[in-house]
Amino acid sequence: MATSSGTSKRPVRLLRNLNAKIASIPMVATALVIFIGCTAWTILYSFTDSKLLPRLNFVGFEQYDRLWGTRRWLVSIENLAWYGVCSLVLTLVIGFTLAALLDRKVRFENTFRTILLYPFALSFIVTGLVWQWILNPDFGVQQVVRNWGWEGFTFDPLYNPDIVIFGILIAGIWQGSGLIMVIMLAGLRGIDEDIWKAARVDGIPTWKTYVVVIIPMMRPVFVTALVLIASGIVKVYDLVVAQTSGGPGIASEVPAKYVYDKMFASQNLAQGFAASTMMLVSVIIILIPWAYLEFGGKKRG
Amino acid sequence: MVDAAHPRGPKPRRRLSRGNIMLYGTLIVVAMYYALPLYVMIVTSLKGMPEIRMGNVFSPPVEITFQPWVKAWSEACTGINCDGLSRGFWNSVQILIPSVFLSIIIASINGYALANWRFKGADVFFTILILGAFIPYQVMLYPIVIILREMGLYGSLWGLVLVHTVFGMPILTLLFRNYFSAIPEELFKAARVDGAGFWGIYFRIMLPMSLPIFVVAMILQVTGIWNDFLFGVIYTRPEIYPMTVQLNNIVNSVQGVKEYNVNMAATLLTGLVPLTIYFVSGKLFVRGIAAGAVKG
Repeated sequence: MATSSGTSKRPVRLLRNLNAKIASIPMVATALVIFIGCTAWTILYSFTDSKLLPRLNFVGFEQYDRLWGTRRWLVSIENLAWYGVCSLVLTLVIGFTLAALLDRKVRFENTFRTILLYPFALSFIVTGLVWQWILNPDFGVQQVVRNWGWEGFTFDPLYNPDIVIFGILIAGIWQGSGLIMVIMLAGLRGIDEDIWKAARVDGIPTWKTYVVVIIPMMRPVFVTALVLIASGIVKVYDLVVAQTSGGPGIASEVPAKYVYDKMFASQNLAQGFAASTMMLVSVIIILIPWAYLEFGGKKRG
Repeated sequence: MVDAAHPRGPKPRRRLSRGNIMLYGTLIVVAMYYALPLYVMIVTSLKGMPEIRMGNVFSPPVEITFQPWVKAWSEACTGINCDGLSRGFWNSVQILIPSVFLSIIIASINGYALANWRFKGADVFFTILILGAFIPYQVMLYPIVIILREMGLYGSLWGLVLVHTVFGMPILTLLFRNYFSAIPEELFKAARVDGAGFWGIYFRIMLPMSLPIFVVAMILQVTGIWNDFLFGVIYTRPEIYPMTVQLNNIVNSVQGVKEYNVNMAATLLTGLVPLTIYFVSGKLFVRGIAAGAVKG
């Protein structure tokens, strides 16, 4: 906690604790050059008309106007909103429910946990490709149900523009809910056994104990989970690339893919910068309430 | 307190109460759902194409063949290269090893400096570093291309290694800082009294005491870097694409007949490294992600 560096006599200020400063050069460089420098650079150039190469010819908010007038971007945002809301709610509900089930002193808990968490070890590319195959209308789930005798059954989310984003959602939740379960389980384990005993003595049913007592107590864990899921949602990219490549048509495009395509495929740099700046803005909108809850709340308590 | 020695209240329920059947039933169904994709990958990769066309994704193979695996590993095509996923595998290995070592060495020394040798202003940079972890990568992608190009590293393995080192830094530094902070300060002070300096304490006291956290960091980095797609596709060229990128190119290529069995063998091959680490490391993996998640 406290530093022990100040105990010896003080030579030149800059040279004091020199080794620690040298050791911190990578961190300082990363913080200043990459995180602040590169971000500022991108924001600055998003106000230019850079095409193939970046150049400082400012055009004000023109790129942003064009961005919000592009159908593909609007589709991307709409997809992200659907994906985000569903994935947030479902991952939290599934993650918490599974953790609560496992917390009921289950035998083989380790086995269950291992099975529920292994998807998280896999990359989004692998996840996307497996689910692409399972959801394949000719061989996958749809065909299986048809073979059972329900001939008219249709379940082809990846080929139906209206619901394609939910096909991606299925894969995303499969991959990510295990992580949330583990975090929730750690939170549940942190709750004092006496609280359960007290609730039992008072005759409160188990489900009610969870809703009224346990979940409010786990607020910090929920906030952490929320931030984790939310910051993951904004970055959704690989999964879409692997599962649908944005198709059919542009039905499953997401902002991160828009940015990549504008920057590295269609040589429209400033458009990509503007889109990525919008992504940053959305992250900031998510982060500020969290920072407020996390750090503003402590002062009150 | 009065009657603590003797159990009170009703007897514990028998094991197979209705509630327990429900509980285990739900868990088993859920576990089967989660395990299903792995099962599908395995059975599909062991079938021949005629069998795949006859059946569905869930039917077990009648005639087991390892041909798809051989083909995925050494013959599958991406563009003009037809030497299979083995190329991507070795590229990934070459990217992985230096990235993991470099990022862990830098972050551990940095975390140590932050925990024990904090200097004025260090916390400011550390805060920026942690907040930086929340910035979407897309915002920083292009300027980094320029930086790498200026350094002559754009499109090379070492460029990608550098990128992984930089983006692994926030979480790893946090991990090490917290770990070193928890080591009793008396130990550090005693070493100081004995005349050990910055590096002496790091190598002789901190390093031997923190093997578990190094393993956790290693697991975190190996799975993270192996599974990366975005950086690989942007900062390397086709000949040195990492495995994930090559896998995606093989499976989602538009030309030729779709060979689902080869695709699934390739997918499974790519997932094999993180899966092995996951199943072998068990609790440590969980600890790694929990440490990364709860504090981050």
